[in-house]
Amino acid sequence: MDVEILARIQFAFTIAFHYIYPPLSIGLGLILVIMEGLYLKTGNRIYEQAVRFWIRIFALIFGIGVATGIIMEFEFGTNWATYSKYVGDIFGSALAAEGIFAFALESGFLGILIFGWKRVSPRVHFFSTIMVFLGSLFSAVWIVVANSWQQTPAGYRIVGEGLNARAEITDFWAMVFNPSSVDRLLHVWIGAILAGAFLVISVNAWYIVHKKHLEIARPSFKIALAVATVFSLLQLFIGHRSADGVSKYQPAKLAAMEGHYDSSSRADMYLFGYVNARNEKTSGLKIPGGLSFLVHGDFNAPIRGLRSFKPDERPSQVNSVFQFYHLMVIIGSSMIVLTLFASWCWWRGKLFDKRWLMWVFAYSVLLPQIANQAGWFTAEMGRQPWVVYGMLKTSDALSKIVTANQIIFSLILFTLVYIVLFALFLFLLNRKIQHGPVDYGSKEHIDLGTRRDNPILEHDPDGIYIRKKL
Amino acid sequence: MHTFLGVDFNTWWFLVFGAVISGYAILDGFDLGAGALHLFLNKENSRRIALNAIGPIWDGNEVWLVIGGGALFAGFPVAYAAIFAAFYIPFMVFLIGLIWRGVAIEFRSKEPMLWWRKTWDIVYCAASVIISLSLGLMLGNVVQGLPLNNQHEFTGDWLFFFNPFSILVAITTLALFMMHGAIFLTMKTENRLYVKMHLLSNNFTIFFVVSFVITTLYTLLYIPHLSDFFKANPGYFIIPLLMTLCIANIPRQIKRGKYRYAFISSSVTIALLLIMVALEVFPYLLYSPHDPANSITVYNGASSPQTVKILLIIALIGTPLAATYTSFVFWTFKGKVKLDEMSY
Ligand code: HDD
Ligand code: HEM
Ligand code: HEM
Repeated sequence: MDVEILARIQFAFTIAFHYIYPPLSIGLGLILVIMEGLYLKTGNRIYEQAVRFWIRIFALIFGIGVATGIIMEFEFGTNWATYSKYVGDIFGSALAAEGIFAFALESGFLGILIFGWKRVSPRVHFFSTIMVFLGSLFSAVWIVVANSWQQTPAGYRIVGEGLNARAEITDFWAMVFNPSSVDRLLHVWIGAILAGAFLVISVNAWYIVHKKHLEIARPSFKIALAVATVFSLLQLFIGHRSADGVSKYQPAKLAAMEGHYDSSSRADMYLFGYVNARNEKTSGLKIPGGLSFLVHGDFNAPIRGLRSFKPDERPSQVNSVFQFYHLMVIIGSSMIVLTLFASWCWWRGKLFDKRWLMWVFAYSVLLPQIANQAGWFTAEMGRQPWVVYGMLKTSDALSKIVTANQIIFSLILFTLVYIVLFALFLFLLNRKIQHGPVDYGSKEHIDLGTRRDNPILEHDPDGIYIRKKL
Repeated sequence: MHTFLGVDFNTWWFLVFGAVISGYAILDGFDLGAGALHLFLNKENSRRIALNAIGPIWDGNEVWLVIGGGALFAGFPVAYAAIFAAFYIPFMVFLIGLIWRGVAIEFRSKEPMLWWRKTWDIVYCAASVIISLSLGLMLGNVVQGLPLNNQHEFTGDWLFFFNPFSILVAITTLALFMMHGAIFLTMKTENRLYVKMHLLSNNFTIFFVVSFVITTLYTLLYIPHLSDFFKANPGYFIIPLLMTLCIANIPRQIKRGKYRYAFISSSVTIALLLIMVALEVFPYLLYSPHDPANSITVYNGASSPQTVKILLIIALIGTPLAATYTSFVFWTFKGKVKLDEMSY
């Protein structure tokens, strides 16, 4: 295989793996803030136990998010050296800002969040929780800005030619607020909040089905459900704005998302379907003229099709872009249906009576995860063959001195490491969930499980723990 | 060229980058060192205390690496591209080391089984050693210079990296971190563990001094161009002199029970070492010994003046903020380690 394909596979694989964790952290961060806020306001110990439980899970997720994120930062240099030189001027400032504004905030206060319960007052602890949440929100800002600049470049000029060409900032704020950054950032944030909210929903639904920890599971479920309902609805709205932006600035991507080839005709909108790129035909269940209507408000308005782009300037994987896009939209719509239905049951006071509903929710954590990945694959594969839209081709962006063998070596290494990492993550997550939220303050709740979680507490601050020999 | 206080912006950014790297070496240095000596501790409880000494802060320390990477990418993209493409293999090893180290710290105490904990102890220790060595190896090669072509691309292969000078720098780095980490743990422990750490810090100080002296002698004999700066500006000999005083101060302070001063001394040692390195290499970011015209300097490897200016503003706003909450966190966890139910 050639270096380009390998480098793309490696980048896609490592970033997709990274992107399992940050959305969970961002979304959980919001839930933690809400729960701890409720605890401070009401003084109800239930919320405190819930917060402590979710902070432990947060720590696990966060740890892997950081470890996989550091890989990402340096992969630009290792695999995409030409690209790094080309965009360094613009991209680098975003990455540097991210480190100093976001990661430092997040990682700093995380220590207090996890280890600080006894060291700081409840208010300072709450403050740290808010800071960690803000830090994780900011983490998304700069990287999405950088990516949006690649999608819709603005505020720059090109200097030099050929091998030495590169983009230079001319207007910092135009670069930051390029045409797609705000919509995409909101879309990413909401996707992340949904990921966290559905994790909480899933775990608590599982407890409810198994009649465990009910006094904690029920209120936690409701908090997360409220968050999920609001943000699922918002996501549809913001997603539509993103699509609108794509239609203006990246017409080839829009055409690929709906498998639309013919520029002179109206564009249909598919509920699902299949694109045959060989003979340029799309078939499936469609709303005739639907895309034309969404973009122009007119069912018969023509939309620029793929055929009007030179073959080497269209996305090469039209069918994949189409499928990923439709997967995201289908999942987005089903999340709206699901959360609205559950909220209606809640309003009628029958939320926890339907066992089947709880079973559905127990698996619902997969929905936003899949939608998030599908969304990025749509955005990134739809951007091909460009790394920087309309300016730099992916095939020109590589590191010239890196060989296929080096990439294969590291790809195998990463695959092995990530498989083990993922297995360990699931194992520990499962253990923590099985273990459940436990009341750390009272003697009665210290069963074997608790000690198992913390078996060798020889320092015995409150006389709560029984010493256990290993 | 834009200047501020008579120094041009590119040089300012070089200084900022140097400060971030020093910050990283001082902060992550002690937790890497603590990791590297982890297996010297035998009892389960000692290992737990050692882990919890770095528990709340190691992640924040590692952020300085991320910031350093961003600072290099932003200010000197040509050097960023050249260095990481050249160091492909050692860097991947370094990154995998970072992953396993973080995971080991996080996972170790999550299960009670003895084999589980022992396995992660070994992973933690090995990863810390590998990270320190590969950092040193890359530093050694950057200081010594790499063969570059006229596109500033590395022309050798990865076996090139294992030259005697870089290997010596790698070992010295490991020794430095182990000394630094041992002093940190001395500061954080009590009773029997404290006595043990006290002993270990003396031993690692000796280890460091020996490897440092050997590396210096080797440099003077075989890579004379690295001492050009000091020969031309004898006034700067004050820096190695200061460093010697700092190192000598470490055992003295430990004996007096003033671990905090000992820790400050070893931190200053690290900073002075890196200042010496910076003075020797400036204005080169990556020197090409065979064909100096292909070298990357802070001028031909930099971003546009506009970007460098924006970066300086970002640093001016961001650094005090980051320093404030870093200090707040350190202050919160000051004093000896106490285990409680949220500990590792
Ligand atoms: C700021 C930069 C940036 C950010 C935030 C992301 N990406 Fe990306 N992505 C790139 C910068 C980039 C790139 C460096 O520009 C790549 C490498 C090759 C290419 O064409 O674009 C790329 C390629 C790329 C590909 C391969 C596309 C192809 O080769 O056909 C996939 C599947 C993803 N990315 C997926 C993601 C996911 C799941 C992300 C969510 C976190 C993500 N990207 C965020
Ligand atoms: C190629 C793109 C990316 C790079 C280079 C990158 C880089 C990094 C790095 C270096 C870290 C570790 C920071 C630390 O040490 O604390 C990290 C963690 C994190 N990243 Fe990314 N990242 C990328 C994509 C994203 C995206 C798209 C998001 C948006 C949602 C994101 C959100 C986060 C968050 C929230 C964390 C904290 C760890 C966690 O919560 O799991 N990252 N990333
Ligand atoms: C409900 C209807 C939705 C619509 C109409 C929609 C629309 C879009 C569009 C057009 C893009 C591409 C933007 C670009 O290339 O610039 C996109 C990307 C994306 N979508 Fe959606 N989306 C929807 C739901 C969701 C849901 C439910 C999630 C996750 C929970 C999600 C997560 C993402 C992500 C992570 C991206 C990539 C980042 C970006 O480009 O903004 N989307 N979406």
